[in-house]
Amino acid sequence: MQVPAHVEYEKASSVQHALALLARYGPEAKVLAGGHSLIPMMKLRLAQPELLVDINGLTDLCYINRAGDELRIGTLTRHAQLLESQLAGEHFAILHDAERVIADPIVRNWGTVGGSLCQADPSEDLSAAFAAMKGTMVIEGPGGSREVSARAFHTGPYETVVGPSELLTEIRLPIRPGGGSAYLKVARRAGDWPVGAAGAAVWLADGVIADTGIGLTAVGATHFVAAEAEQFLRGRPADEESLAKAGEIAAEHCHPATDQRGPADYKRHLVQELTTRVLRIAISRAQGPMS
Amino acid sequence: MKLTVTVNGTDYTRTIEPRLLLIHFLRDDLGLTGSHWGCDTSNCGACVVWLDETPVKSFTMLAVQADGRRVTTVEGLARGAALDPVQEAFAACHGLQCGFCTPGMMMTARWLLDRYPDPTEAQVREAISGQICRCTGYENIVRSVLRAAKHDGGDSDARP
Repeated sequence: MQVPAHVEYEKASSVQHALALLARYGPEAKVLAGGHSLIPMMKLRLAQPELLVDINGLTDLCYINRAGDELRIGTLTRHAQLLESQLAGEHFAILHDAERVIADPIVRNWGTVGGSLCQADPSEDLSAAFAAMKGTMVIEGPGGSREVSARAFHTGPYETVVGPSELLTEIRLPIRPGGGSAYLKVARRAGDWPVGAAGAAVWLADGVIADTGIGLTAVGATHFVAAEAEQFLRGRPADEESLAKAGEIAAEHCHPATDQRGPADYKRHLVQELTTRVLRIAISRAQGPMS
Repeated sequence: MKLTVTVNGTDYTRTIEPRLLLIHFLRDDLGLTGSHWGCDTSNCGACVVWLDETPVKSFTMLAVQADGRRVTTVEGLARGAALDPVQEAFAACHGLQCGFCTPGMMMTARWLLDRYPDPTEAQVREAISGQICRCTGYENIVRSVLRAAKHDGGDSDARP
């Protein structure tokens, strides 16, 4: 049986209150959202914070709404909420694709979007999805709020730009015309981390790929992004030849590690195949049901 | 610190350590040993209880997080003296087997049927995909849930 070590606990009553608590305790304080990574880590004593700042009472951070040409997702939005959101699915099918394969239905009921992103596990699915969609993270701190690109959010495995006295509060995704998106994951069993996964967003103009975002999970892609494949695709026709080549480029430039989930060369093969397939789905969605 | 929580319709106030996990509070402080702890890692789902209307894994939640909320465990599933249709179906279809995963399976099954009274087999399998039956007797569990759907009165208001 595993139990966490002694810890103090405070329930945050507002974002400002949470920030004040974090500032007072510094790096020894941890934000408790869904807790599905933090609490197991505390049981294993991999994490031993002095204070937990529980933000689960900040229900005004649970939302998915549209503001102008942006979809805005509150940090405390549960995975299940995002999966059930018609608004999110309508504009970003990739979010539903990804949420459907994140953990399991019971974990999704309590685990949060912001918690997943801030945990910054290299195998976590939403980081690649938001990188593909070129989202923006809104971070609140003692000096006010700042915005950081989803592609600059992670500084390494389990590390983000969020400082010890800051809180990720919102994720913003630009809604642009001609867009389609998708996410594909290969896992050994239900609820497991991916062996490898790929997400893509594509924006078409006159049959040409005007812009694209490709995210890769669990395969050592810098900032979860297949930048070279994106660059190759921009301005090219949305045809099979382009997609196959993009898959090859993505596989060439990622850095998967051999582990219990599979050998590196197999993961590289997965990246090639999944990138091509996910682009194909994203393009067909961008073309819409009429095409 | 002080915790006030409603479990299966009864109010409890206890002084607890913040690090106490919800599962241990239910089992050790309240003596409600129906919910099981199996894996320590939130993979197995034997610890599933409802927090308000939503099933959660009580091994990955602190008891203090239930402060001011309602918790429903497998002991609260029966409607007074009458078993819930899910419980009857698990008995009828041999869905219990060794019984270890049963409390979590039944809490998830009840939640599924409250949301989708006539689920497909695929929906049942998806709903319990975060729960492990060490007897590997998923066929009987799925059959039980589908039978419960057929025999469900659909009246979940009678529960605390």
